[in-house]
Amino acid sequence: MATISNKEVFLKGIIRENPVFVILLGLCPTLGVTSTAINGLGMGIATLFVLVMSNVVISSVKSLIPDKVRIPAFIVIIAAFVTVVQLLMAAYTPALNDQLGLFIPLIVVNCIVLGRAEAFASRNTVVSSILDGLGMGVGFTLALTLLGSIRELLGSLSIFGWKFAEADGMLVFVLAPGAFITLGFIIAIMSWLKNRNPV
Amino acid sequence: MATIKSSFVNLLVTLTVITLVAGLSLGYVFQWTKEPIAKAQMQKQLQAIEAVVKGYDNNPVVEKFKVATAAGDSLEFFPAKEKGELIGMAVKTKSSKGYSGDIWLMVGFSMDGTIQNAVVIEHKETPGLGSKMTDPKFLKQYMGRNPGSENLNVKKDGGSVDAITGATISSRAFSEAVQKAYDTFHSMSYGNDQQ
Amino acid sequence: MEYLVIIISTIFINNIVLAKFLGICPFLGVSKNTSTAVGMGGAVVFVMTISTIMTYLVQHYILIPLDIAYMQTVTYILVIAFLVQVVEIVLKKVSPDLYQALGVYLPLITTNCTILGVAILVIQNNYNLFESVIFAIGNSIGFTLAISMFSSLREQLDTADLPEAMQGIPAALITASILSMAFMGFAGLV
Repeated sequence: MATISNKEVFLKGIIRENPVFVILLGLCPTLGVTSTAINGLGMGIATLFVLVMSNVVISSVKSLIPDKVRIPAFIVIIAAFVTVVQLLMAAYTPALNDQLGLFIPLIVVNCIVLGRAEAFASRNTVVSSILDGLGMGVGFTLALTLLGSIRELLGSLSIFGWKFAEADGMLVFVLAPGAFITLGFIIAIMSWLKNRNPV
Repeated sequence: MATIKSSFVNLLVTLTVITLVAGLSLGYVFQWTKEPIAKAQMQKQLQAIEAVVKGYDNNPVVEKFKVATAAGDSLEFFPAKEKGELIGMAVKTKSSKGYSGDIWLMVGFSMDGTIQNAVVIEHKETPGLGSKMTDPKFLKQYMGRNPGSENLNVKKDGGSVDAITGATISSRAFSEAVQKAYDTFHSMSYGNDQQ
Repeated sequence: MEYLVIIISTIFINNIVLAKFLGICPFLGVSKNTSTAVGMGGAVVFVMTISTIMTYLVQHYILIPLDIAYMQTVTYILVIAFLVQVVEIVLKKVSPDLYQALGVYLPLITTNCTILGVAILVIQNNYNLFESVIFAIGNSIGFTLAISMFSSLREQLDTADLPEAMQGIPAALITASILSMAFMGFAGLV
Protein backbone atom coordinates (compact mmCIF):
# COMPACT_ATOMS: atom_id res chain seq x y z
CA MET A 1 0.00 0.00 0.00
CA ALA A 2 2.98 2.28 0.48
CA THR A 3 3.17 2.83 -3.24
CA ILE A 4 -0.10 4.75 -3.29
CA SER A 5 0.07 8.39 -2.30
CA ASN A 6 -2.47 9.90 0.07
CA LYS A 7 -3.89 11.99 -2.70
CA GLU A 8 -4.56 8.90 -4.75
CA VAL A 9 -6.19 7.12 -1.80
CA PHE A 10 -8.63 10.02 -1.57
CA LEU A 11 -9.21 10.52 -5.28
CA LYS A 12 -9.77 6.92 -6.33
CA GLY A 13 -13.18 6.71 -4.65
CA ILE A 14 -14.52 9.69 -6.54
CA ILE A 15 -14.30 8.50 -10.13
CA ARG A 16 -12.06 5.55 -10.89
CA GLU A 17 -13.43 3.37 -8.09
CA ASN A 18 -16.71 5.21 -7.61
CA PRO A 19 -18.66 2.93 -5.25
CA VAL A 20 -21.96 3.31 -7.10
CA PHE A 21 -21.12 3.65 -10.78
CA VAL A 22 -18.03 1.44 -10.95
CA ILE A 23 -18.00 -1.01 -8.04
CA LEU A 24 -21.81 -1.15 -7.86
CA LEU A 25 -22.09 -1.18 -4.08
CA GLY A 26 -24.74 0.44 -1.93
CA LEU A 27 -27.38 0.36 -4.62
CA CYS A 28 -30.38 0.12 -2.30
CA PRO A 29 -30.15 3.68 -0.95
CA THR A 30 -28.89 4.81 -4.35
CA LEU A 31 -32.18 3.82 -5.91
CA GLY A 32 -34.43 4.24 -2.91
CA VAL A 33 -33.85 7.82 -1.79
CA THR A 34 -32.89 9.62 -4.97
CA SER A 35 -36.30 10.89 -6.02
CA THR A 36 -34.94 14.39 -5.29
CA ALA A 37 -31.47 15.92 -5.27
CA ILE A 38 -31.73 17.01 -1.63
CA ASN A 39 -32.55 13.50 -0.47
CA GLY A 40 -29.60 12.13 -2.43
CA LEU A 41 -27.26 14.71 -0.92
CA GLY A 42 -28.55 14.11 2.61
CA MET A 43 -28.20 10.35 2.32
CA GLY A 44 -24.72 10.78 0.85
CA ILE A 45 -23.55 12.94 3.74
CA ALA A 46 -25.03 10.59 6.35
CA THR A 47 -23.19 7.67 4.74
CA LEU A 48 -19.98 9.72 4.44
CA PHE A 49 -20.07 10.38 8.18
CA VAL A 50 -20.54 6.70 9.03
CA LEU A 51 -17.82 5.67 6.57
CA VAL A 52 -15.21 8.05 7.93
CA MET A 53 -15.99 7.48 11.60
CA SER A 54 -16.10 3.69 11.34
CA ASN A 55 -12.92 3.68 9.26
CA VAL A 56 -11.18 5.74 11.98
CA VAL A 57 -12.26 3.48 14.82
CA ILE A 58 -11.68 0.22 12.97
CA SER A 59 -8.22 1.17 11.77
CA SER A 60 -7.21 2.25 15.29
CA VAL A 61 -8.47 -0.86 17.10
CA LYS A 62 -7.72 -3.37 14.35
CA SER A 63 -4.85 -5.05 16.23
CA LEU A 64 -7.02 -5.59 19.32
CA ILE A 65 -9.68 -7.59 17.54
CA PRO A 66 -9.20 -11.34 17.09
CA ASP A 67 -9.60 -12.44 13.51
CA LYS A 68 -12.61 -14.69 14.04
CA VAL A 69 -14.91 -12.00 15.42
CA ARG A 70 -13.64 -9.36 13.04
CA ILE A 71 -16.85 -9.07 11.03
CA PRO A 72 -19.31 -8.99 13.97
CA ALA A 73 -17.06 -6.49 15.75
CA PHE A 74 -16.98 -4.24 12.66
CA ILE A 75 -20.74 -4.51 12.32
CA VAL A 76 -21.29 -3.39 15.92
CA ILE A 77 -18.98 -0.41 15.47
CA ILE A 78 -20.72 0.58 12.24
CA ALA A 79 -24.18 0.09 13.77
CA ALA A 80 -23.22 2.36 16.67
CA PHE A 81 -22.26 5.19 14.32
CA VAL A 82 -25.40 4.66 12.29
CA THR A 83 -27.45 5.09 15.47
CA VAL A 84 -25.57 8.30 16.22
CA VAL A 85 -26.52 9.60 12.77
CA GLN A 86 -30.13 8.52 13.35
CA LEU A 87 -30.34 10.38 16.66
CA LEU A 88 -28.62 13.50 15.32
CA MET A 89 -30.87 13.65 12.26
CA ALA A 90 -34.03 13.15 14.32
CA ALA A 91 -32.88 16.05 16.50
CA TYR A 92 -31.56 18.56 13.99
CA THR A 93 -32.94 17.71 10.54
CA PRO A 94 -36.33 16.13 11.34
CA ALA A 95 -37.80 16.78 7.89
CA LEU A 96 -34.94 15.05 6.05
CA ASN A 97 -35.07 12.26 8.61
CA ASP A 98 -38.73 11.64 7.75
CA GLN A 99 -37.93 11.63 4.03
CA LEU A 100 -35.06 9.15 4.23
CA GLY A 101 -36.85 7.02 6.82
CA LEU A 102 -35.89 3.38 6.76
CA PHE A 103 -32.78 3.95 4.68
CA ILE A 104 -30.93 5.62 7.55
CA PRO A 105 -30.76 2.52 9.80
CA LEU A 106 -30.05 0.50 6.67
CA ILE A 107 -26.69 2.25 6.27
CA VAL A 108 -25.53 -0.59 8.55
CA VAL A 109 -25.96 -3.12 5.79
CA ASN A 110 -24.74 -0.81 3.05
CA CYS A 111 -22.04 -2.96 1.50
CA ILE A 112 -19.79 0.07 0.97
CA VAL A 113 -19.30 0.68 4.67
CA LEU A 114 -18.52 -2.91 5.67
CA GLY A 115 -16.61 -3.36 2.42
CA ARG A 116 -14.25 -0.46 3.12
CA ALA A 117 -13.85 -1.56 6.75
CA GLU A 118 -12.84 -5.03 5.68
CA ALA A 119 -10.88 -4.21 2.53
CA PHE A 120 -9.15 -1.02 3.63
CA ALA A 121 -9.47 0.16 7.24
CA SER A 122 -8.56 -3.22 8.74
CA ARG A 123 -5.17 -3.17 7.02
CA ASN A 124 -4.18 0.48 6.80
CA THR A 125 -3.19 3.39 9.04
CA VAL A 126 -5.71 5.75 10.58
CA VAL A 127 -4.76 8.64 8.29
CA SER A 128 -5.10 6.76 5.03
CA SER A 129 -8.32 5.14 6.30
CA ILE A 130 -9.78 8.60 6.90
CA LEU A 131 -8.81 9.62 3.37
CA ASP A 132 -10.24 6.42 1.96
CA GLY A 133 -13.50 6.96 3.85
CA LEU A 134 -13.68 10.58 2.70
CA GLY A 135 -12.97 9.68 -0.93
CA MET A 136 -15.50 6.86 -1.03
CA GLY A 137 -18.04 8.96 0.86
CA VAL A 138 -17.64 11.92 -1.48
CA GLY A 139 -17.88 9.59 -4.49
CA PHE A 140 -21.06 8.07 -3.05
CA THR A 141 -22.52 11.51 -2.26
CA LEU A 142 -21.77 12.79 -5.78
CA ALA A 143 -23.34 9.72 -7.34
CA LEU A 144 -26.51 10.04 -5.27
CA THR A 145 -26.79 13.77 -5.84
CA LEU A 146 -26.31 13.33 -9.59
CA LEU A 147 -28.94 10.61 -9.76
CA GLY A 148 -31.30 12.63 -7.55
CA SER A 149 -30.81 15.76 -9.68
CA ILE A 150 -31.53 13.94 -12.93
CA ARG A 151 -34.64 12.27 -11.53
CA GLU A 152 -35.90 15.49 -9.97
CA LEU A 153 -35.16 17.47 -13.12
CA LEU A 154 -37.02 15.09 -15.44
CA GLY A 155 -39.66 13.95 -12.99
CA SER A 156 -40.71 17.14 -11.22
CA LEU A 157 -39.14 19.86 -13.41
CA SER A 158 -37.30 21.23 -10.40
CA ILE A 159 -33.81 21.17 -8.97
CA PHE A 160 -32.95 21.12 -5.25
CA GLY A 161 -36.60 21.92 -4.62
CA TRP A 162 -36.58 24.98 -6.90
CA LYS A 163 -39.34 24.55 -9.49
CA PHE A 164 -38.50 26.21 -12.79
CA ALA A 165 -41.59 25.28 -14.78
CA GLU A 166 -45.24 24.99 -13.80
CA ALA A 167 -45.99 21.88 -15.86
CA ASP A 168 -45.81 18.35 -14.52
CA GLY A 169 -42.66 16.41 -15.30
CA MET A 170 -42.31 12.88 -16.53
CA LEU A 171 -43.72 11.15 -13.51
CA VAL A 172 -42.02 7.85 -14.27
CA PHE A 173 -38.65 9.28 -13.23
CA VAL A 174 -39.89 9.94 -9.72
CA LEU A 175 -41.33 6.44 -9.43
CA ALA A 176 -39.45 3.19 -9.00
CA PRO A 177 -38.93 2.33 -12.70
CA GLY A 178 -37.29 5.72 -13.27
CA ALA A 179 -34.68 4.97 -10.63
CA PHE A 180 -33.61 1.76 -12.34
CA ILE A 181 -33.58 3.24 -15.82
CA THR A 182 -31.64 6.39 -14.87
CA LEU A 183 -28.96 4.40 -13.06
CA GLY A 184 -28.78 1.96 -15.98
CA PHE A 185 -28.12 4.76 -18.45
CA ILE A 186 -25.56 6.51 -16.23
CA ILE A 187 -23.57 3.29 -15.88
CA ALA A 188 -23.82 2.66 -19.62
CA ILE A 189 -22.52 6.18 -20.33
CA MET A 190 -19.67 5.72 -17.85
CA SER A 191 -18.59 2.47 -19.48
CA TRP A 192 -18.95 3.98 -22.96
CA LEU A 193 -16.64 6.85 -21.97
CA LYS A 194 -14.19 4.39 -20.45
CA ASN A 195 -14.11 2.28 -23.60
CA ARG A 196 -13.49 5.37 -25.73
CA ASN A 197 -10.56 6.70 -23.70
CA PRO A 198 -8.96 3.76 -21.92
CA VAL A 199 -7.02 4.99 -18.86
CA MET B 1 -2.86 -8.08 10.98
CA ALA B 2 -4.66 -9.11 14.15
CA THR B 3 -2.17 -9.76 16.94
CA ILE B 4 -4.64 -11.13 19.50
CA LYS B 5 -5.16 -14.90 19.46
CA SER B 6 -8.55 -16.24 18.54
CA SER B 7 -9.18 -18.15 21.77
CA PHE B 8 -12.80 -18.49 22.81
CA VAL B 9 -12.37 -16.24 25.86
CA ASN B 10 -10.71 -13.57 23.77
CA LEU B 11 -13.50 -13.65 21.23
CA LEU B 12 -16.16 -13.33 23.88
CA VAL B 13 -14.34 -10.57 25.76
CA THR B 14 -13.69 -8.55 22.61
CA LEU B 15 -17.28 -8.65 21.45
CA THR B 16 -18.64 -7.89 24.90
CA VAL B 17 -16.30 -4.95 25.37
CA ILE B 18 -17.10 -3.51 21.95
CA THR B 19 -20.84 -3.87 22.48
CA LEU B 20 -20.61 -2.35 25.94
CA VAL B 21 -18.58 0.63 24.76
CA ALA B 22 -20.96 1.10 21.84
CA GLY B 23 -23.99 0.83 24.14
CA LEU B 24 -22.62 3.29 26.69
CA SER B 25 -21.60 5.88 24.12
CA LEU B 26 -24.98 5.57 22.45
CA GLY B 27 -26.67 6.04 25.80
CA TYR B 28 -24.71 9.25 26.16
CA VAL B 29 -25.61 10.50 22.67
CA PHE B 30 -29.23 9.53 23.33
CA GLN B 31 -29.36 11.63 26.51
CA TRP B 32 -27.73 14.48 24.68
CA THR B 33 -30.16 14.43 21.72
CA LYS B 34 -33.25 13.60 23.77
CA GLU B 35 -34.27 17.18 24.33
CA PRO B 36 -33.63 18.45 20.78
CA ILE B 37 -35.61 15.47 19.43
CA ALA B 38 -38.55 16.19 21.73
CA LYS B 39 -38.31 19.85 20.76
CA ALA B 40 -38.24 19.03 17.04
CA GLN B 41 -41.35 16.88 17.43
CA MET B 42 -43.15 19.59 19.42
CA GLN B 43 -42.14 22.12 16.78
CA LYS B 44 -43.55 19.90 14.06
CA GLN B 45 -46.88 19.65 15.87
CA LEU B 46 -47.01 23.36 16.55
CA GLN B 47 -46.29 24.12 12.90
CA ALA B 48 -49.05 21.77 11.81
CA ILE B 49 -51.48 23.36 14.28
CA GLU B 50 -50.51 26.85 13.19
CA ALA B 51 -51.26 25.89 9.60
CA VAL B 52 -54.77 24.59 10.34
CA VAL B 53 -56.31 26.86 12.97
CA LYS B 54 -56.08 30.63 13.22
CA GLY B 55 -56.20 33.34 15.83
CA TYR B 56 -55.42 31.47 19.06
CA ASP B 57 -53.23 32.83 21.83
CA ASN B 58 -52.69 29.71 23.97
CA ASN B 59 -50.28 26.80 23.48
CA PRO B 60 -52.52 24.04 22.10
CA VAL B 61 -49.82 21.39 22.55
CA VAL B 62 -49.71 21.93 26.30
CA GLU B 63 -53.50 21.69 26.54
CA LYS B 64 -53.91 18.65 24.30
CA PHE B 65 -56.23 15.82 25.33
CA LYS B 66 -57.27 12.47 23.92
CA VAL B 67 -60.72 11.49 22.73
CA ALA B 68 -61.88 7.95 22.04
CA THR B 69 -63.15 7.28 18.51
CA ALA B 70 -65.99 5.05 17.39
CA ALA B 71 -63.38 2.58 16.13
CA GLY B 72 -61.98 2.10 19.62
CA ASP B 73 -58.67 3.97 19.29
CA SER B 74 -58.18 7.59 20.26
CA LEU B 75 -57.20 10.85 18.58
CA GLU B 76 -55.29 13.81 19.99
CA PHE B 77 -57.20 17.09 20.22
CA PHE B 78 -55.40 20.43 20.41
CA PRO B 79 -57.77 23.17 21.61
CA ALA B 80 -57.21 26.63 20.12
CA LYS B 81 -58.30 29.35 22.53
CA GLU B 82 -58.43 33.11 22.37
CA LYS B 83 -58.52 34.83 25.76
CA GLY B 84 -59.54 31.53 27.33
CA GLU B 85 -62.45 30.96 24.98
CA LEU B 86 -62.46 27.91 22.71
CA ILE B 87 -62.39 29.15 19.10
CA GLY B 88 -61.28 26.07 17.20
CA MET B 89 -59.83 22.61 17.43
CA ALA B 90 -56.89 20.97 15.73
CA VAL B 91 -57.32 17.21 15.54
CA LYS B 92 -54.46 14.84 14.81
CA THR B 93 -55.99 12.00 12.87
CA LYS B 94 -54.82 9.04 10.85
CA SER B 95 -55.88 6.56 8.23
CA SER B 96 -54.45 3.08 7.83
CA LYS B 97 -55.96 2.74 4.38
CA GLY B 98 -53.11 4.47 2.59
CA TYR B 99 -51.07 2.85 -0.12
CA SER B 100 -48.19 2.11 2.23
CA GLY B 101 -48.30 2.66 5.96
CA ASP B 102 -50.33 5.06 8.06
CA ILE B 103 -51.15 8.59 6.96
CA TRP B 104 -51.20 11.19 9.72
CA LEU B 105 -53.06 14.47 9.27
CA MET B 106 -53.75 17.56 11.31
CA VAL B 107 -57.23 18.88 10.64
CA GLY B 108 -58.37 22.24 12.01
CA PHE B 109 -62.08 22.81 12.72
CA SER B 110 -63.95 25.94 13.57
CA MET B 111 -66.42 25.35 16.37
CA ASP B 112 -69.27 24.87 13.90
CA GLY B 113 -67.40 21.96 12.32
CA THR B 114 -66.15 23.83 9.25
CA ILE B 115 -62.67 22.74 8.19
CA GLN B 116 -60.29 25.68 8.35
CA ASN B 117 -57.43 23.73 6.82
CA ALA B 118 -55.82 20.31 6.81
CA VAL B 119 -52.16 19.32 6.46
CA VAL B 120 -50.29 16.05 6.19
CA ILE B 121 -47.96 15.39 9.11
CA GLU B 122 -46.53 12.10 8.01
CA HIS B 123 -47.01 9.68 5.15
CA LYS B 124 -45.15 6.97 3.28
CA GLU B 125 -47.09 7.21 0.02
CA THR B 126 -45.38 6.89 -3.34
CA PRO B 127 -43.32 10.01 -4.17
CA GLY B 128 -44.87 11.78 -7.13
CA LEU B 129 -48.25 10.09 -6.80
CA GLY B 130 -49.75 9.73 -3.34
CA SER B 131 -47.30 12.29 -2.00
CA LYS B 132 -49.23 14.92 -3.99
CA MET B 133 -51.75 15.01 -1.16
CA THR B 134 -49.41 17.57 0.39
CA ASP B 135 -50.09 19.89 -2.60
CA PRO B 136 -52.21 22.97 -1.86
CA LYS B 137 -54.21 22.14 -4.98
CA PHE B 138 -55.51 18.97 -3.35
CA LEU B 139 -55.78 20.34 0.20
CA LYS B 140 -57.77 23.38 -0.93
CA GLN B 141 -60.73 21.11 -1.72
CA TYR B 142 -61.27 20.54 1.99
CA MET B 143 -60.91 24.13 3.14
CA GLY B 144 -64.07 25.87 4.28
CA ARG B 145 -66.18 22.74 3.89
CA ASN B 146 -68.19 21.08 6.61
CA PRO B 147 -68.10 17.26 6.72
CA GLY B 148 -71.30 17.32 8.76
CA SER B 149 -73.34 18.63 5.83
CA GLU B 150 -71.21 17.79 2.80
CA ASN B 151 -69.88 14.52 1.44
CA LEU B 152 -66.12 14.95 1.36
CA ASN B 153 -65.36 11.54 -0.11
CA VAL B 154 -63.62 11.27 -3.46
CA LYS B 155 -65.90 11.49 -6.50
CA LYS B 156 -65.54 7.78 -7.21
CA ASP B 157 -67.23 7.12 -3.85
CA GLY B 158 -70.01 9.62 -4.50
CA GLY B 159 -68.34 12.57 -2.80
CA SER B 160 -67.19 15.91 -4.08
CA VAL B 161 -63.39 15.69 -3.87
CA ASP B 162 -61.25 15.27 -6.98
CA ALA B 163 -58.87 12.41 -6.24
CA ILE B 164 -55.18 12.85 -7.06
CA THR B 165 -54.49 11.44 -10.53
CA GLY B 166 -53.14 7.92 -10.16
CA ALA B 167 -53.54 7.93 -6.41
CA THR B 168 -57.18 7.23 -5.62
CA ILE B 169 -56.18 5.06 -2.68
CA SER B 170 -54.19 7.83 -1.01
CA SER B 171 -56.97 10.36 -1.65
CA ARG B 172 -59.54 7.99 -0.23
CA ALA B 173 -57.43 7.47 2.87
CA PHE B 174 -57.09 11.24 3.27
CA SER B 175 -60.87 11.68 3.13
CA GLU B 176 -61.34 8.84 5.58
CA ALA B 177 -58.97 10.45 8.08
CA VAL B 178 -60.75 13.80 7.77
CA GLN B 179 -64.13 12.16 8.29
CA LYS B 180 -62.81 10.29 11.31
CA ALA B 181 -61.55 13.53 12.83
CA TYR B 182 -64.93 15.19 12.22
CA ASP B 183 -66.95 12.28 13.62
CA THR B 184 -64.88 12.26 16.79
CA PHE B 185 -65.10 16.04 17.02
CA HIS B 186 -68.86 15.77 16.51
CA SER B 187 -69.16 13.02 19.16
CA MET B 188 -68.08 15.61 21.73
CA SER B 189 -71.20 17.57 20.74
CA TYR B 190 -69.30 20.14 18.77
CA GLY B 191 -70.13 20.86 15.17
CA ASN B 192 -73.33 21.22 13.18
CA ASP B 193 -76.06 20.00 15.53
CA GLN B 194 -75.08 22.30 18.31
CA GLN B 195 -76.15 25.40 16.46
CA MET C 1 -58.96 -10.99 5.24
CA GLU C 2 -56.55 -8.47 6.70
CA TYR C 3 -53.78 -11.04 6.45
CA LEU C 4 -54.60 -11.68 2.82
CA VAL C 5 -54.25 -7.94 2.18
CA ILE C 6 -50.81 -7.93 3.81
CA ILE C 7 -49.70 -10.90 1.72
CA ILE C 8 -50.93 -9.54 -1.60
CA SER C 9 -49.63 -6.04 -1.00
CA THR C 10 -46.17 -7.23 0.07
CA ILE C 11 -45.77 -9.67 -2.82
CA PHE C 12 -47.20 -7.64 -5.68
CA ILE C 13 -48.05 -4.03 -4.92
CA ASN C 14 -45.26 -2.92 -2.63
CA ASN C 15 -42.76 -5.48 -3.83
CA ILE C 16 -39.75 -5.20 -1.59
CA VAL C 17 -37.25 -5.13 -4.45
CA LEU C 18 -39.11 -3.47 -7.30
CA ALA C 19 -41.01 -0.83 -5.34
CA LYS C 20 -39.14 -0.44 -2.05
CA PHE C 21 -35.59 -0.90 -3.33
CA LEU C 22 -34.41 -3.28 -0.65
CA GLY C 23 -32.14 -6.19 -1.47
CA ILE C 24 -30.84 -4.70 -4.70
CA CYS C 25 -27.34 -6.13 -4.20
CA PRO C 26 -28.41 -9.81 -4.27
CA PHE C 27 -31.06 -8.90 -6.85
CA LEU C 28 -28.33 -7.85 -9.28
CA GLY C 29 -25.54 -10.06 -7.95
CA VAL C 30 -27.17 -13.47 -7.61
CA SER C 31 -29.52 -13.38 -10.56
CA LYS C 32 -27.34 -14.56 -13.42
CA ASN C 33 -29.10 -17.91 -13.55
CA THR C 34 -32.44 -19.11 -12.30
CA SER C 35 -31.36 -21.94 -10.02
CA THR C 36 -29.07 -19.77 -7.87
CA ALA C 37 -31.76 -17.08 -7.77
CA VAL C 38 -34.32 -19.55 -6.47
CA GLY C 39 -31.78 -20.85 -3.92
CA MET C 40 -31.13 -17.35 -2.65
CA GLY C 41 -34.87 -16.72 -2.48
CA GLY C 42 -35.38 -19.86 -0.41
CA ALA C 43 -32.68 -18.84 2.03
CA VAL C 44 -34.25 -15.40 2.39
CA VAL C 45 -37.73 -16.84 3.09
CA PHE C 46 -36.23 -19.02 5.82
CA VAL C 47 -34.03 -16.43 7.53
CA MET C 48 -36.40 -13.49 7.19
CA THR C 49 -39.28 -15.31 8.87
CA ILE C 50 -37.19 -16.48 11.82
CA SER C 51 -35.29 -13.23 12.24
CA THR C 52 -38.47 -11.15 12.21
CA ILE C 53 -39.87 -13.26 15.05
CA MET C 54 -36.60 -12.93 16.99
CA THR C 55 -36.24 -9.18 16.55
CA TYR C 56 -39.92 -8.69 17.36
CA LEU C 57 -39.41 -10.50 20.67
CA VAL C 58 -36.19 -8.59 21.36
CA GLN C 59 -37.96 -5.29 20.72
CA HIS C 60 -40.98 -6.01 22.92
CA TYR C 61 -39.38 -8.00 25.73
CA ILE C 62 -35.93 -6.41 26.01
CA LEU C 63 -35.55 -3.02 24.34
CA ILE C 64 -38.90 -1.46 25.28
CA PRO C 65 -38.99 -2.69 28.92
CA LEU C 66 -35.42 -1.49 29.44
CA ASP C 67 -36.21 1.79 27.67
CA ILE C 68 -33.26 1.46 25.30
CA ALA C 69 -35.09 1.55 21.96
CA TYR C 70 -32.17 3.52 20.55
CA MET C 71 -30.13 0.30 20.61
CA GLN C 72 -32.46 -1.11 17.94
CA THR C 73 -30.06 -1.01 15.01
CA VAL C 74 -27.14 -2.49 16.97
CA THR C 75 -29.11 -5.33 18.57
CA TYR C 76 -31.05 -6.21 15.41
CA ILE C 77 -27.96 -6.58 13.27
CA LEU C 78 -26.28 -8.67 15.99
CA VAL C 79 -29.34 -10.88 16.30
CA ILE C 80 -29.45 -11.36 12.53
CA ALA C 81 -25.72 -12.11 12.24
CA PHE C 82 -25.94 -14.55 15.15
CA LEU C 83 -29.07 -16.18 13.76
CA VAL C 84 -27.54 -16.73 10.35
CA GLN C 85 -24.63 -18.56 12.01
CA VAL C 86 -26.99 -20.72 14.08
CA VAL C 87 -29.19 -21.52 11.09
CA GLU C 88 -26.11 -22.58 9.18
CA ILE C 89 -24.90 -24.92 11.96
CA VAL C 90 -28.34 -26.40 12.69
CA LEU C 91 -29.16 -26.89 9.03
CA LYS C 92 -25.88 -28.70 8.47
CA LYS C 93 -26.75 -31.18 11.27
CA VAL C 94 -30.49 -31.57 10.79
CA SER C 95 -31.05 -31.40 7.08
CA PRO C 96 -27.95 -31.83 4.94
CA ASP C 97 -30.11 -31.70 1.81
CA LEU C 98 -31.51 -28.30 2.64
CA TYR C 99 -28.05 -27.16 3.69
CA GLN C 100 -26.71 -28.24 0.33
CA ALA C 101 -29.35 -26.17 -1.39
CA LEU C 102 -29.17 -23.01 0.72
CA GLY C 103 -25.79 -23.20 2.45
CA VAL C 104 -23.74 -21.04 0.11
CA TYR C 105 -26.26 -18.22 0.26
CA LEU C 106 -26.53 -18.02 4.03
CA PRO C 107 -23.36 -16.00 4.73
CA LEU C 108 -24.47 -13.42 2.15
CA ILE C 109 -27.71 -12.86 3.98
CA THR C 110 -26.40 -10.89 6.96
CA THR C 111 -25.78 -7.91 4.70
CA ASN C 112 -28.96 -8.41 2.70
CA CYS C 113 -30.85 -5.29 3.66
CA THR C 114 -34.27 -6.89 3.20
CA ILE C 115 -33.80 -8.80 6.47
CA LEU C 116 -32.98 -5.78 8.64
CA GLY C 117 -35.41 -3.64 6.66
CA VAL C 118 -38.39 -5.93 7.29
CA ALA C 119 -37.42 -6.32 10.96
CA ILE C 120 -37.55 -2.54 11.38
CA LEU C 121 -40.67 -2.08 9.23
CA VAL C 122 -42.82 -4.41 11.36
CA ILE C 123 -41.98 -2.25 14.37
CA GLN C 124 -42.71 0.98 12.48
CA ASN C 125 -46.01 -0.41 11.21
CA ASN C 126 -47.04 -1.44 14.74
CA TYR C 127 -47.80 -5.01 13.74
CA ASN C 128 -48.50 -7.69 16.31
CA LEU C 129 -46.46 -10.90 16.26
CA PHE C 130 -48.74 -12.78 13.91
CA GLU C 131 -49.05 -9.89 11.46
CA SER C 132 -45.28 -9.53 11.55
CA VAL C 133 -44.80 -13.15 10.57
CA ILE C 134 -47.28 -12.78 7.70
CA PHE C 135 -45.52 -9.58 6.63
CA ALA C 136 -42.12 -11.33 6.66
CA ILE C 137 -43.41 -14.31 4.69
CA GLY C 138 -45.09 -12.05 2.13
CA ASN C 139 -42.01 -9.92 1.65
CA SER C 140 -39.68 -12.87 1.33
CA ILE C 141 -41.97 -14.47 -1.25
CA GLY C 142 -42.03 -11.12 -3.04
CA PHE C 143 -38.24 -11.11 -3.04
CA THR C 144 -38.09 -14.66 -4.38
CA LEU C 145 -40.64 -13.89 -7.08
CA ALA C 146 -38.80 -10.77 -8.22
CA ILE C 147 -35.34 -12.33 -8.26
CA SER C 148 -36.42 -15.53 -10.02
CA MET C 149 -38.39 -13.67 -12.69
CA PHE C 150 -35.48 -11.32 -13.16
CA SER C 151 -32.97 -14.14 -13.48
CA SER C 152 -34.93 -15.85 -16.22
CA LEU C 153 -35.06 -12.55 -18.10
CA ARG C 154 -31.32 -12.10 -17.66
CA GLU C 155 -30.62 -15.55 -19.03
CA GLN C 156 -32.32 -14.39 -22.24
CA LEU C 157 -30.37 -11.12 -22.21
CA ASP C 158 -27.06 -12.98 -22.36
CA THR C 159 -27.77 -14.02 -25.91
CA ALA C 160 -29.04 -10.61 -27.01
CA ASP C 161 -26.90 -8.49 -29.32
CA LEU C 162 -26.40 -5.25 -27.39
CA PRO C 163 -24.02 -2.30 -27.81
CA GLU C 164 -20.92 -2.93 -25.76
CA ALA C 165 -21.60 -0.20 -23.20
CA MET C 166 -25.09 -1.54 -22.49
CA GLN C 167 -24.00 -5.10 -21.80
CA GLY C 168 -24.22 -6.50 -18.29
CA ILE C 169 -25.42 -4.22 -15.51
CA PRO C 170 -26.93 -1.38 -17.61
CA ALA C 171 -29.09 -3.80 -19.57
CA ALA C 172 -30.01 -5.58 -16.34
CA LEU C 173 -31.06 -2.31 -14.70
CA ILE C 174 -33.22 -1.33 -17.64
CA THR C 175 -34.82 -4.77 -17.56
CA ALA C 176 -35.47 -4.26 -13.86
CA SER C 177 -37.07 -0.94 -14.69
CA ILE C 178 -39.52 -2.56 -17.10
CA LEU C 179 -40.26 -5.31 -14.58
CA SER C 180 -40.91 -2.67 -11.95
CA MET C 181 -43.24 -0.85 -14.35
CA ALA C 182 -45.12 -4.10 -14.91
CA PHE C 183 -45.51 -4.55 -11.15
CA MET C 184 -46.96 -1.06 -10.86
CA GLY C 185 -49.92 -2.44 -12.76
CA PHE C 186 -50.89 -4.26 -9.56
CA ALA C 187 -51.61 -0.93 -7.87
CA GLY C 188 -55.18 -0.68 -6.75
CA LEU C 189 -55.55 -4.43 -6.42
CA VAL C 190 -56.49 -4.16 -2.76
